Amino acid sequence: MTKTPGGDAPAPPLLSVNGLGIGLPPGGDRAEAVTDISFQIHPGETLCLVGESGSGKSVIGQAILGMLPRALPVTGGSIRLQDKVLPPQRDPAYQALRSVRMAMIFQDAGASLNPVKRVGRQLEEILKVHGVGAAERRDRVLDMFEAVRLRDPARIFAAYPHQLSGGQAQRVVIAGALLLKPALLVADEPTTALDVTTQAEILDLIAALKAETGASVLFITHDFGVVAEIADRVAVMKDGRIVEAGWAGDVLDRPQHPYTQRLIAASRPTGAAPSRVGEAPILEADGLHLTYRSGPIFNRRITQAVRDVSLSLAPGRTLAVVGESGSGKSSLARCLLRLEEVERGTIRFKGADITHLAGRDLQRLRKSVQVVLQDPYSALNPRQTIRSAIAEGAIIHGMPVAEARRKAEDLLELTGLTAQSADRYPHEFSGGQRQRICIARALALEPELLIADEAVSALDVSIQAQILDLFRDMQARFGFAMVFITHDLRVARAISDDILVMQQGRVVETGATGQVFDRPAHAYTRALLAAAPGLDLAMEEGAA
Amino acid sequence: MTGYILSRVLRAIITLLITVSLVFIFIRFSGDPAAALAPPDAPQEVIDQYARAMGLDQPLWQQYTSYIGGLFRGEFGYSIHTGRPVEALFFDRLPYTLHLGLTALSIALVLGIALGAIAAINRGRLLDRAVMGFSVFAFAMPNFLFGLCLILIGALVFQVFLAGAGANVLFPALTLGLAAMGSFARFARSSLLETINAPFMRAAEARGIPFARRLILHAAPNAAIPLVTLVGLSLGALIAGSVVTEQVFAWPGVGQLLVRSVATRDIATVQFLVLAVAFTMIMANLIVDLLYLVIDPRIRVK
Repeated sequence: MTKTPGGDAPAPPLLSVNGLGIGLPPGGDRAEAVTDISFQIHPGETLCLVGESGSGKSVIGQAILGMLPRALPVTGGSIRLQDKVLPPQRDPAYQALRSVRMAMIFQDAGASLNPVKRVGRQLEEILKVHGVGAAERRDRVLDMFEAVRLRDPARIFAAYPHQLSGGQAQRVVIAGALLLKPALLVADEPTTALDVTTQAEILDLIAALKAETGASVLFITHDFGVVAEIADRVAVMKDGRIVEAGWAGDVLDRPQHPYTQRLIAASRPTGAAPSRVGEAPILEADGLHLTYRSGPIFNRRITQAVRDVSLSLAPGRTLAVVGESGSGKSSLARCLLRLEEVERGTIRFKGADITHLAGRDLQRLRKSVQVVLQDPYSALNPRQTIRSAIAEGAIIHGMPVAEARRKAEDLLELTGLTAQSADRYPHEFSGGQRQRICIARALALEPELLIADEAVSALDVSIQAQILDLFRDMQARFGFAMVFITHDLRVARAISDDILVMQQGRVVETGATGQVFDRPAHAYTRALLAAAPGLDLAMEEGAA
Repeated sequence: MTGYILSRVLRAIITLLITVSLVFIFIRFSGDPAAALAPPDAPQEVIDQYARAMGLDQPLWQQYTSYIGGLFRGEFGYSIHTGRPVEALFFDRLPYTLHLGLTALSIALVLGIALGAIAAINRGRLLDRAVMGFSVFAFAMPNFLFGLCLILIGALVFQVFLAGAGANVLFPALTLGLAAMGSFARFARSSLLETINAPFMRAAEARGIPFARRLILHAAPNAAIPLVTLVGLSLGALIAGSVVTEQVFAWPGVGQLLVRSVATRDIATVQFLVLAVAFTMIMANLIVDLLYLVIDPRIRVK
């Protein structure tokens, strides 16, 4: 997987970026998007450009393709492709280079296909505008679909983008990028939006295609797990500068820069806090079923979201519910929160049946069961100060207004913000800070059960680690039990005592977290574990 | 897809039934038509005679069933003033209104989309602001005022009379279409801007697709989808506008007939015209719903 510096061939680099600087519009948080960026990619090599959002890694990809918007001018340096300096940004000459010499794929493959055109036609168009005759276009597209291991190429050819799964869409987009056999593939977070299993397949595919075609890859990612899977070389970016670069093995094993160390540490799980065992369960669910019916009366769609799910959670403990998107884990959370009415089964909270609780009793239950959602941006009312957002629930449940407002300040300080920020509005905070506010809001009612639905999935890895720490601290302080819904096994491992694996609405495996990770019993769990990028990295760390 | 079509057609039929009933109720309860029709000093016997002749002495439910039955048999009643069947009056006028309305719609569509596209491509520049300023003006200007200005300028400056049945359709059509053009332009701009900045447009650029091709073959079909809804909804505004415009230009269309019938309390005619307008709106929206099947594969293929 990794090379040693001694194996470096003397061949000239395919791509060399020298002292590249790209400006930002005035008023930004810094003068330049990127400053003094230099790196080289040799033929057949994969370079991972790693950094968090806002580090400037994506504009480098755009600059190589000549696609920088006017608002981001090149302020210095040069980009060479096989010793030829590339034309100025947005030059029409790029049309002959794009797809032919270099191609780019994006994070959301489904969104990078035109929704009203059949995908086969969209790929044929690439051949057409680059002068390939009408007779051979269709066959070349179908051949390429085979090459990216798409089953039933003819059906895919005639499909519209919305008929493809995320993994299929990314394969189609990769097929399009490689149609004209470019020497360089720029991949901008191509697997971030995918499930772990699909992500692993796409990473394997990119590696295999690279080996088959001899293309070089510039892989832009925020995830060191992905780096460990695919990179030959790594360049770590922070605030628009490369802070560390080198062979992937060296950087992963012996990171020099503190920021790199922090990023790598953040992609590794830490053990869960010790918890109480042996008490009567605070939450029990038995044989839950939930079915969604949607669509017009003539072609009603029926989705069995939750099928026969049972679980039990002791006070102060954390249960992680993991599964891919569509596995029913969020539907389960909605049932437990009593936001969905289950079809069959019972839910007991502190021994009392709450399955069909209504009216005032349900209102009282709401105080004891709180939720933290995935997207901290839309979970806060933009026109409400955060003091009011945090205090509102407590006031509704009968706390005097002055006391609730004072308590909001205390909670802000507990969750790592300042009391002075209480009168500001959500837009003045970063994503991580907003999630702290959401946690403070949930804790204002002193719940006995906290349900976190993908509560760290929208955050950068280093912020993720901080928020997970905060959950643990708060749990130690307040002693609530937690159901933590996540698709990310690293997160599950870091936070939970017990784990429950869901697939297509059913529980396939459940047990103590360490046991499930070390000796997974079900084939699906094993597949999930094998697919999770960088988990082996974490395992090695745990073993050491 | 069959489910989609069936549900839309069913919805149109239900809407139509509700409209027909509402028209009946409103006309019966907005005053006694017999009393309104008779001279103000007419004795009660005369009013009763009018009422008997119009079937108003029968119980309400009987009036309703005979009204619905009449609709199904194609009997819509007779104009009190001319004695002719109301549908004959309507079909005499319809060609004029169609001529005017369709010309106005074409002007609004062609000019509106062109202006919107120009503004979107030159976003933030002077041209964008000028075009958008003009479309706000067009949208805000009352059409009778614009029509009067046109007639005045035509008569005083060019010595051409722009009103009447024989005059050129272009001027009343411009008057009628101007407001719709303004809203189409603004909507086309925002819809196109949203599409131009969509991820698939950047991806197309990265694939080396030239700009003109991206705009016409990729952005336009996507930007058209919300515009189709707006065109369907604008039809109501066009019909309302045609009432005023036909009056200003002395255009012998349905709008003029409606104004005249209301002024003379020709109830059968008013009832039929209201139904005709409602029918047109419902059909237009049904057509828009079915058009989605053609332009948006996400609805067509599930």
